[in-house]
Amino acid sequence: MRGGTLGTAALLRLALRLDRVRLAVWVLAIAGITVGGASSVAELYGTPESRAQLAAGVGGNPAYRAMVGPPFGLGEIGGVVAWRVGFFAALLVAVMSVLLVVRHTRAEEQAGRVELVCAGVVGRRAPLAAGLLLLLGANAVIGLLCALGLLGLGLGAAGASALGLAVAGTGCVFGAVAGLTAQLTENARTASGAASCVLAAAYLLRAVGDSSEATWLSWLSPLGWAQQVRSFADERWEVLALPLVATLVVSAAAFALAARRDVGAGLLPTRPGRASAGGSLRGPLGLAWRLQRGSLVGWTAGAALGGAAVGSVAGGIGDLVADSPQTVRLLEQLGGVGGLVDSYLALATGVLGIVASAYAVQAALRLRVEETDLRAEPVLATGVTRTSWITSHLLPAFGGSALLLTAAGLCAGLVHGIAGGDVAGQLPRVLAGALVQVPGAWFVGGLAVLLFGAVPRLTALAWAALTAFLVIGQLGALLQLPEWLVELSPFTHLPRVPGNEVTAAPLLWVTGIAAVLVVAGVWTFRRRDVG
Amino acid sequence: MTDAISASGLVKTFGPTRALDGLDLTVRTGEVHGFLGPNGAGKSTTIRVLLGLLRADGGETRLLGGDPWRDAAALHRRLAHVPGDVSLWPTLTGGEVIDLLGRLRGGLDTTRRDELLERFELDPRKKSRTYSKGNRQKVALVAALSSDVELLLLDEPTSGLDPLMEAVFQDCVNEERARGRTVLLSSHVLAEVEALCDRVSIIRAGRTVETGTLAELRHLTRTSISADLAAPPRGLAGLPGVHDLHVDGGRVRLEVDTDHLDAVLRRLVDSGVRSLTSRPPTLEELFLRHYEHERVGAR
Ligand SMILES: Nc1ncnc2c1ncn2[C@@H]1O[C@H](COP(=O)(O)OP(=O)(O)O)[C@@H](O)[C@H]1O
Ligand SMILES: [Mg+2]
Repeated sequence: MRGGTLGTAALLRLALRLDRVRLAVWVLAIAGITVGGASSVAELYGTPESRAQLAAGVGGNPAYRAMVGPPFGLGEIGGVVAWRVGFFAALLVAVMSVLLVVRHTRAEEQAGRVELVCAGVVGRRAPLAAGLLLLLGANAVIGLLCALGLLGLGLGAAGASALGLAVAGTGCVFGAVAGLTAQLTENARTASGAASCVLAAAYLLRAVGDSSEATWLSWLSPLGWAQQVRSFADERWEVLALPLVATLVVSAAAFALAARRDVGAGLLPTRPGRASAGGSLRGPLGLAWRLQRGSLVGWTAGAALGGAAVGSVAGGIGDLVADSPQTVRLLEQLGGVGGLVDSYLALATGVLGIVASAYAVQAALRLRVEETDLRAEPVLATGVTRTSWITSHLLPAFGGSALLLTAAGLCAGLVHGIAGGDVAGQLPRVLAGALVQVPGAWFVGGLAVLLFGAVPRLTALAWAALTAFLVIGQLGALLQLPEWLVELSPFTHLPRVPGNEVTAAPLLWVTGIAAVLVVAGVWTFRRRDVG
Repeated sequence: MTDAISASGLVKTFGPTRALDGLDLTVRTGEVHGFLGPNGAGKSTTIRVLLGLLRADGGETRLLGGDPWRDAAALHRRLAHVPGDVSLWPTLTGGEVIDLLGRLRGGLDTTRRDELLERFELDPRKKSRTYSKGNRQKVALVAALSSDVELLLLDEPTSGLDPLMEAVFQDCVNEERARGRTVLLSSHVLAEVEALCDRVSIIRAGRTVETGTLAELRHLTRTSISADLAAPPRGLAGLPGVHDLHVDGGRVRLEVDTDHLDAVLRRLVDSGVRSLTSRPPTLEELFLRHYEHERVGAR
């Protein structure tokens, strides 16, 4: 019985019950965005001429290759769909899968519920098995819905199936990775953080591989595999073996670890610590800093790395373009290679802004974690006021997101500047591009604070809002979203830098709204019950 | 200043649940006050209201002469709280948590802290995530007991402690009383409250059902006795305060009001006692008795 998977079915039923709304929303949203996006593509690029124009324009743009991957078969509608929408679906499904698996393995265990269940007739590997089965099921449904939706739009059956399988396969790989990190660490946040790092690394590998000569780098990335299947462009079915094998191998490793460790403990050992508190652990800010610093250092390092990758890709764009005389001519009309690189940098720093927002939300919602884990109560039962407690966590959240973008902007600017031999010229421009994103991150963080104060049960809506802003920014034009909806996103209003002038008004406006959101959050929190 | 805590008519609802339903509580300065009630009676909710973590829907509360909601932070510097469910920061060691909580309250006595760590046999170098429920409770207790405060609010602090540690805890509470500190001790175990408290408030379903010294509440308590006698007893049935009498040859089972224990024991001894067990009433029995009392009184 030890190490067995007995009781997996019961756990799976429980997980489905607990998660039915959240999971249904994720599955339907991802399938909906994919099929909706495809339908817009079919409308926008319905004629061969429009597709030829696309292929000659953005299709040859290395910036786009870095952001969303290489295009295959833009001559067909399906090829445009796979390029513009398929990659985004794979990314979303990866995020969903990481959160899903960690939620049903490590988070449950951390909350002590697995202990309750394991003391009954449940095998040691059952929670992991249930989590992975749920992962498989969710991804299978998403893949199927996507494929059926694309078929319904009149696209080819082979391409639709390939795209569905590629998307589902990407989800499975990253879900399995999360299953593994959940066995290595004791903390759900660390587990999902580590799996997210793998996802970010996969994105960067692919971005560098797709926009440089080192195309082999893309083959190291599961996100690259999804594209190399080449749905709707003479599908390469054999590539689907890669996610399949990776999922099996990583899952097997997770199972091997699951059988070996005690419930509740990670495999990485813990050392004895200090017998008394050091001088820095004094006051609420000292505590918040202690709780948040590890995550801030990790996110900042990740953002710096991402910034460096952005910078290194930017340098390569000019070279790649110079290889093809037609594109160069086309680009001269668009403002030259410089304009192209700038538009890429503005686009990339926008993505960094989303990353910084994710950090801000995560750090601000630490307040809610502290509250529900009953650790707010002991602090608020001392001389600490509610305002100073909330502020102590908001400093790392808001200061940290600014720090993140500064680090990313500096690295991007330095690498880009060094490559082009013009650090003094490029660094300030690229850094400005990153810094204009700061108000956007604060806005999303402020939204999280307001939710925490006013409707603490619904703090997860902050993530939903961030996802919505991401979709609006990346697919807004394609999905032909109404103007007012696009304007709801703070990122819509931020200046696109470099390449455009930095205007103060939108920055001040967005910052001001963020401040109002924070103040409203603190105000409502001071008036509500804690716990 | 007279009363450390005075609450009257406290009401707190959570959706359809009426957790507090007109609760009264008075704790005099310098006393150890037992706050007794079965699970779900509203003890923790009351303490959270006293701490200004929850806002009462009705009633009056004074804590150390202030308003627990408006003056929360200022009042908290003068009290220490041990929650019923102690949750600690997993990456901090027990020692760090103790120092941190002490500093947040405005300082702690490090000599007393070290002494308490020794008496509770707690290793402060361990990361909090490795502590059992009992050890987490010890961390909160050491932090509270080594703070220089006027009032201790202890919410079922012994529910995870083994009997040896419970004895250490009782010694500590007696020391606090000797220092003139006020203690509110919530519990669902009658024996613990009997051993420690000057006065007791008994609550049930969010309402106070009795308040007084243990002697004043004695009329509510009954002792269950079963005995093996050399000869069948005589005249037991006629004694005042005897209930549920069962006699089977030399075997006797009965319940007796604690006020009349003395006379019953004398009769038993007259018949020659071979073995005897007596059991104090449980809290639930006390409640049954209480309601019986009320019914009889109402007639
Ligand atoms: N935050 C809450 N939300 C909903 N119901 C609650 C909450 N806190 C307590 N209750 C309910 O209030 C009642 C009293 O609970 P509590 O004060 O914890 O009792 P005790 O501490 O005496 O065991 C219980 O019925 C409990 O379920
Ligand atoms: Mg309680």
